[in-house]
Amino acid sequence: MYTQALSVESTAVKGAAEDANRVARFQARIDADERIEPMDWMPAAYRQTLVRQISQHAHSEIIGMQPEGNWLTRTPSLKRKLQMMAKIQDEAGHGLYLYSAAETLGVSREELVGQLLAGKAKYSSIFNYPTLSWADIGAVGWLVDGAAIMNQIPICRCSYGPYARAMVLICKEESFHQRQGFETMMALARGSADQKAMAQDALDRWWWPSVMMFGPSDKDSVHSDQAMRWKIKRFTNDELRQKFIDATVPQAQFLELSIPDPALKFNEATKHWDIGPIDWDEFWRVVKGDGPCNKQRLRAKQEAHDQGAWVREAAMAYADKRRARKAGTRVAAE
Amino acid sequence: MQPNERPAIESTTDHFQYVLALADDALVLGHRLSEWSSRAPTLEEDIALSNIGLDLVGQARSLYAYAGHIEGIGRDEDALAFGRDAHQYLNMQLVERLNGDFAATMARQLFYATFAELFWTAMKRSKDVELSGIAAKAEKECAYHVRHSAEWVIRLGDGTDESHARMQREIDEAWMFTGELFAMDQVDRAMCNVGIGVDRSALKSDWDKAIDAVLTEATLVRPRDGWMISGGRRGTHTEHLGPMLAVMQSLPRTYPGAKW
Amino acid sequence: MTDKNWPLYEVFLRPRNGLSHKHVGSLHAVDDEMALQNARDVYTRRGEALSIWVVASKAIIASEPSQREAMLEPSDPERKPYRHPTFYDIPDEVGHM
Repeated sequence: MYTQALSVESTAVKGAAEDANRVARFQARIDADERIEPMDWMPAAYRQTLVRQISQHAHSEIIGMQPEGNWLTRTPSLKRKLQMMAKIQDEAGHGLYLYSAAETLGVSREELVGQLLAGKAKYSSIFNYPTLSWADIGAVGWLVDGAAIMNQIPICRCSYGPYARAMVLICKEESFHQRQGFETMMALARGSADQKAMAQDALDRWWWPSVMMFGPSDKDSVHSDQAMRWKIKRFTNDELRQKFIDATVPQAQFLELSIPDPALKFNEATKHWDIGPIDWDEFWRVVKGDGPCNKQRLRAKQEAHDQGAWVREAAMAYADKRRARKAGTRVAAE
Repeated sequence: MQPNERPAIESTTDHFQYVLALADDALVLGHRLSEWSSRAPTLEEDIALSNIGLDLVGQARSLYAYAGHIEGIGRDEDALAFGRDAHQYLNMQLVERLNGDFAATMARQLFYATFAELFWTAMKRSKDVELSGIAAKAEKECAYHVRHSAEWVIRLGDGTDESHARMQREIDEAWMFTGELFAMDQVDRAMCNVGIGVDRSALKSDWDKAIDAVLTEATLVRPRDGWMISGGRRGTHTEHLGPMLAVMQSLPRTYPGAKW
Repeated sequence: MTDKNWPLYEVFLRPRNGLSHKHVGSLHAVDDEMALQNARDVYTRRGEALSIWVVASKAIIASEPSQREAMLEPSDPERKPYRHPTFYDIPDEVGHM
């Protein structure tokens, strides 16, 4: 889901001839479930695919702070206030772990953030939707974090060590995120008529975007094969999407909320939930930049970045001055 | 959360107001810090500010719960936090000041945290077991808050020309709000008399020493003492508290009685 | 972008019940003090650590993967099994050893 529009082929370095033996040995290591570490030799396309995927994952965490942050100052109780502050803080932390993992591949966080701000990097399309009510916060935790967990657990076993280890750390912290969202939905579903309506409205608006989070259908995902061979991707989009749907439909039933899909039906033969058609036009539109909040999200990030520039410069200047003073003292003492 | 023993005091109203004011200080400041989420100068700083905010809101929850218990009419932490209007809030005006730029926030944090560390350290000796327990935890948290804000004031004061100018301006502008930190009113005096409260005025000289040390290292000039603002403990506030509470309280006020 | 890159630091934590420091990730900071503070804020929000080490990444000297065979394989249990307790067959009657 962090590579919804990623084409592996497009990351290949044109005209580079890599030693066939090295490539074969590398693939053999992957096939043997060995972990690739930062100093190991790796094909350029492997490195570039990872940089793109990890950084897009990191950007998603950071941008994801915004739709939830939209309700941070309006949480309806002190308990929820603490929970939301901690959850959004975790997302910042996750972004940081992932930028760190990406940096082991030879790129700097500054470069990656620069790409994001220039609109050259992607992040998960789900965060381009607005959070219009408190129930949206519940829906985001329940559905979006739920989908993210489905995607993240397999990546704990991905071939690249730093990415896998960052995922393990993230998964440990993620478990409260989905529960908090679901608990929020439960309180609403069991509340007043207004609250129930709020919850249903949120589900109506977040269901399809969450289903689309898993990316294009397998038949439209031509370049997934290479990512699977390299064990960067462990399950296909459709496999994960189906898993998510099968887990979530009963949860919606428990909440006594209805999923906005008239074609939703349990398939007795396959034992899976079949869904109606996904609006791929909407998906591609949002991924390419024409979602409700794309521009707003990036603009907010740019503003925060610009407003903090003088602070970062000051911190660097102070550190330089201190180092110079220390060096000066040493020289004077000699 | 039950205290082991209720000390004999003249008026539960004084006791209630005393604890309520401390809760309001913590909540308002914690809420202000939450406004920095996704806006901080670095990711690391976003996380640091949230940590401080979490500590403060956590302190607020403990204090509100205790205040509600003292009042004894069934108001819980949320009823107190979300059900009172600006003129009923008893926080010091310093903590409701707008975040402004990062320098403004750090000036506010430095002044408050330096005071809070001294305050909670003294509160550990309170005869009120509940408050001394809250104090023991808060003191450790505040030690970190002081370090964090002091380090930033120093970096910004002794950083670039721009950061120095911004930091000096914000120190100057926040200065008149610092007198309230040490003010003692009738409630404070009543609580001191029964061994529950802290003599805030006695904390001023240590606060001055600590602040002077930071300002000196930051190459900043200590503002001249002039007129000091007051009134927070009487429910008189700046123009900023109203809008803050309007946002913060909007959901419970729109859906009275709802459970979340 | 005009920001100078802030140096990268690696973070190691020794957990409450642990005996040694473990690498948990990295972060950016202008100097050692900020690195330590940031490590505390970023990596110890769940009471994981009793001790934090931060080290400038460029100060770490690591073994080269290409030299792995020479550096590390000679100590592989399969090469020198006699260094490992399972190599020795102690009769059960002797008790725990």
